[in-house]
Amino acid sequence: MNAPAYNFAYLDEQTKRMIRRAILKAIAIPGYQVPFASREMPMPYGWGTGGVQVTAAILGPDDILKVIDQGSDDTTNAVSIRKFFAKTAGVRTTTRTSEASVIQTRHRIPEKALREGQILVFQVPIPEPLRFLEPRETETRRMHALADYGVMHVKLYEDIARHGHIATTYAYPVRVDGRYVMDPSPTPKFDNPKMHDCPALQLFGAGREKRIYAVPPHTRVVSLDFEDHPFERYRHDGTCALCGAADSFLDEVITDDRGGRMFVCSDTDYCEERRAPAARADAREDARG
Amino acid sequence: MYVAVKGGERAIENAHRLLADERRGDRSVPELSLQQISEQLALAVDRVMSEGSLYDRELAALAVKQARGDLIEAIFLLRAFRATLPRLGTSEPVDTGVMRIRRRISATFKDLPGGQVLGPTFDYTHRLLEMADNEPAEPATSEAPAEPMPRVTDLLAADDLIEAAPSGEAPPGDLTREPLTFPAGRDVRLQNLTRGDEGFLLALGYSTQRGFGRTHPFAAEIRLGEVEVEFFAEDLGFAVPLGRITVTECQMVNQFKGSATNPPRFTRGYGLVFGHCERKAMSMALVDRALRARELDEEIKAPAQDEEFVLSHSDNVQATGFVEHLKLPHYVDFQAELGLVRRMRAEFDCERKSDLALREAAE
Repeated sequence: MNAPAYNFAYLDEQTKRMIRRAILKAIAIPGYQVPFASREMPMPYGWGTGGVQVTAAILGPDDILKVIDQGSDDTTNAVSIRKFFAKTAGVRTTTRTSEASVIQTRHRIPEKALREGQILVFQVPIPEPLRFLEPRETETRRMHALADYGVMHVKLYEDIARHGHIATTYAYPVRVDGRYVMDPSPTPKFDNPKMHDCPALQLFGAGREKRIYAVPPHTRVVSLDFEDHPFERYRHDGTCALCGAADSFLDEVITDDRGGRMFVCSDTDYCEERRAPAARADAREDARG
Repeated sequence: MYVAVKGGERAIENAHRLLADERRGDRSVPELSLQQISEQLALAVDRVMSEGSLYDRELAALAVKQARGDLIEAIFLLRAFRATLPRLGTSEPVDTGVMRIRRRISATFKDLPGGQVLGPTFDYTHRLLEMADNEPAEPATSEAPAEPMPRVTDLLAADDLIEAAPSGEAPPGDLTREPLTFPAGRDVRLQNLTRGDEGFLLALGYSTQRGFGRTHPFAAEIRLGEVEVEFFAEDLGFAVPLGRITVTECQMVNQFKGSATNPPRFTRGYGLVFGHCERKAMSMALVDRALRARELDEEIKAPAQDEEFVLSHSDNVQATGFVEHLKLPHYVDFQAELGLVRRMRAEFDCERKSDLALREAAE
């Protein structure tokens, strides 16, 4: 029996090199899905194996890693991935958006604006934005090659004809640098504008579907829309019950079985940071009292 | 304050502890050893090696134990370990023609060179639960057959009654190193099938027998035994043996075809798996043949003939991952959907109210 012995950040160097090549190609062709030989990872497909492979390939010993799921550092899957890299790479981890050099995320972009030098790694379930309009990979690759995105516009138009507005609320398609239509991963469309002209590098990894794509820093990212039906950002009209934020994406929390509910920031770090001065003030009060 | 999302870390740790405890089961019952699993649940170990695409009985037994007998979970454990191993090179092709045979049957010829060797098989047992756990008798033995056992398809090929086996000049593809693209070559298709889920291939193979992509198959030969694996060492200039592995091979002979220029010949479907996995090897051979529809100019109308459908959904590690990922939180996506439904609902109610007001005014 071979005793398992693992490399820095789990993956062997050969694999990392292969993934880095795919990442470089993805950065060179913004929004284009680069096929790569995705490996089996010790967590299941659908748990973020694409993001984990991208993170493993780019992580260095000096990096500071933050992992969020649904905007939160404390959801089980985020905890598990953060622990995985703390164990296999021994890197420092953080929950502070501003402190992190690499942020792996599932379904959200942090509220706090990202800065130059940071890398945001998205976990992607279905990288193909045209997949639910055309199930065949052979067809969709041809459509991308010819920039034949008519079906997507027809779909959005049909939404408007049927519902009066576009009925896509997350994984809302974007056009990158005027060329490729790209799936932003299932982030709520509230986050779409954050991708445009972002100073940080955005990398997308889809493990099961074996695709990597990227949005380099300061790239034009436009959510698809029509002149008379411009893209609209959706946010629940309310404030966070914990920090009072009126500009963050909110999660609904049901508090009892009689219809009681409250709204709290989905981005826990953003929420905590906003509450921190208040908490410090409370502590001073307590000390005095 | 109600904060549902907190406490993930402790919850995970406790869940892992509980899982480890449940895996062990009643501690007054002796723990299973890897040897016991490898020796007495040998077919489970074979399946895990085969679909995990790693030939290591002891690791596979460990995976079965760690997975509490969940074979897809065990396959996953083995694959995840395999993915970390460096690739030092590629072995020479194994020659199943010189296999050290343990079982060899043909459904197309009553007798043939080397004879039929039934070997260890469930085929003719009566499926009665045997409550009394008697120590089994020692097996009967005989001299190893001296004569060679040529493959049935080679015998047919000698008479030019079957299409030629494809020549293996180009290095075969490897979809653990290169992502799958369509159309896929037969080499990559076969690799995909041999790693594919036994149940999925069984159902697809079965569907071809029931008319969904019919191929008129005959099990020309199924053979089980040990083959030598050799590695060509550049420094030495010759191939060195690495050891023996057990494989099951199935060669199906299918529907013949001919044209004005080509005489009619049978066609082939091929299955090869690690260990003793006969059901899988046969299913694989059926599906391989069905997937050759385009190449053989047959009409493609059944799922088993649809290369993209079959190859994209055969991998049980991928499939179980994506199905089960629905357990992960989807709060923010659902929140976004909830917002939209509420908005549409408000618009709907508003329209209905104004409709009603209009009607009342009209009356």
